[in-house]
Amino acid sequence: MKAVSAENWGMLMSEPINFHFDVDGENFSSAGEASVVVKKKLRQLGFPPDVIRRVSIAMYEGEINMVIHANGGDADVTVDDDFITIVLKDTGPGIPDVSLAMQEGYSTARESIRALGFGAGMGLPNMKKYTDSMEIDTTVGVGTTITMKIALNS
Amino acid sequence: MKDYKHSVSLDVSKCKGCTTCLKRCPTEAIRIRDGHAVISSARCIDCGECIKVCPYKAKKATHDPLSCINDYKYTVALPAPSLYGQFDNMDNIGYIIRGLRDMGFDDVFEVACAAELVSAYTRLYIKRKNIPKPVISSACPAITRLISMNYPMLCENIMPILPPVDIAAHLAREKAKREHPELSDEDIGIFFISPCPAKVSYVKNDFAGERNYIDATISVRDVYFELIDKMKRRQDEPLESTESGMVGIGWASTGGESTAIFNERYLAASGIENCIRVLDQIDNEDITSLDFVELNACSGGCVGGAMTVANPYIAQARLQILKRYLPVSPNRPVSEYIPDEYYDENEVEYNPYNLLSEDRQTALRMMADIESITEGLPKLDCGSCGAPTCMAFAEDIVKGETSADECTVIMRMLFHEYLEQHKEKDKEQEILRKISAIKDGKNQKTNDEG
Repeated sequence: MKAVSAENWGMLMSEPINFHFDVDGENFSSAGEASVVVKKKLRQLGFPPDVIRRVSIAMYEGEINMVIHANGGDADVTVDDDFITIVLKDTGPGIPDVSLAMQEGYSTARESIRALGFGAGMGLPNMKKYTDSMEIDTTVGVGTTITMKIALNS
Repeated sequence: MKDYKHSVSLDVSKCKGCTTCLKRCPTEAIRIRDGHAVISSARCIDCGECIKVCPYKAKKATHDPLSCINDYKYTVALPAPSLYGQFDNMDNIGYIIRGLRDMGFDDVFEVACAAELVSAYTRLYIKRKNIPKPVISSACPAITRLISMNYPMLCENIMPILPPVDIAAHLAREKAKREHPELSDEDIGIFFISPCPAKVSYVKNDFAGERNYIDATISVRDVYFELIDKMKRRQDEPLESTESGMVGIGWASTGGESTAIFNERYLAASGIENCIRVLDQIDNEDITSLDFVELNACSGGCVGGAMTVANPYIAQARLQILKRYLPVSPNRPVSEYIPDEYYDENEVEYNPYNLLSEDRQTALRMMADIESITEGLPKLDCGSCGAPTCMAFAEDIVKGETSADECTVIMRMLFHEYLEQHKEKDKEQEILRKISAIKDGKNQKTNDEG
């Protein structure tokens, strides 16, 4: 641990700001925690309520997906002048058929997971619905990276 | 936004500056400064958690004194239904009503009766089309304020109808004027006997606007002993009894308000942490198909308020017995139409209390600083610096409210380093001393030999 010194606080950040989260794949009850933290930060930054909600829902659905299918992963939220970008990266099983997975109600979740109220097949469709762009980069057996963007000056 | 008058206060002489309340405050409204707690009125929701957990009883709910009943010619007591659960071995609510009269109140109007009307109005309201679902109860002021601060998108879900106490106050005043036409409005004093400080602030801040019919809010605790005394003085059965039914009295505990909507698509939660988790999920649209949500900041509901006497679950058990033979809901509205004066004039508005700066670029820069400072902090969230978490401490530093020197963990580390350096120096000195001692010894020897 390094002590904080006065010099490294005052840096002028013209660069985008990034929030990183490790999404714990072992723990269902903690799923969604990162989206709560992001929500608080966006409120502190003064974003309008509808932007905050869209980021929060997209992020929440993504987090749940990573917990259900991929044993967790990394979530990164970046805020710059034009976009809020959410990148969700996992090393899970990958998505064999993306267009099928994008259909509302399509789900591969096990019965035990559905019993918990998850796996309704709305995750990916909601993520697309609430963001301005969504890219899915997936390889079966290797993992999935989803990049979502919400435009700030539209 | 007007300055918020909150009703949790601190007795500085009793506060030891321990971190108990700091860690339990759900909105991070407390800091320890100069050895004692400081409450930020912009962040406090008056939930009363800090009052309940303070080991030194330094936190207090401020409310009006009982003596202010002398300021009015005609006084009406509005007992909250939770008051009925405070007394042991009492089988008739009539004792309480008569006791209140014996204490000097000219009339008693039960909030439970108005609660039954609100339940009826809620049933009508949730049937409407084009209203945001789920409808969130407006009864707990701490929850309403929490929503206005942290859940901007849920503000419009809060039921726009006044809570039972306001409707009770309105009806009580009308009744007094009807029965005593000689009285002017100023002559009549309406006194709410409240289980919680959040209701006190609600009244103090005029949240019901023009529709604030309550003159003073006194605490269940203040009334308790005098009421027991008055009740014990009379052995005979009281002539009057409660005019409320099961539904009205049910409002005192969690689930009471919800079951009265006669519809299973409800959720009832209590305890501020649980309520926050539920709100987070509703905000993420993760709980669907609900019509109604009842949230009580206190565990167990209003019986768990910080100004009550009995344990909430014991009070709840007593209420179950008290309401056993009562009719379901004897108080019914006269028509299917919700009177205009029962609507809350002030819509709940988003209040971004934790905004870092109005200017986005400044806010982003501050946020970046907060992140980098937090990176260097121990992340123990020990509270010794006076902030509830390392992150909150970093925010306070960036806002210029505290200095980094307050982190005791880092200071201890620096102190150890300092001690180590000194030890090194001490060792050097020790060696030098030994060397010179040896030299001296040798010199001595040489001298002896010579």
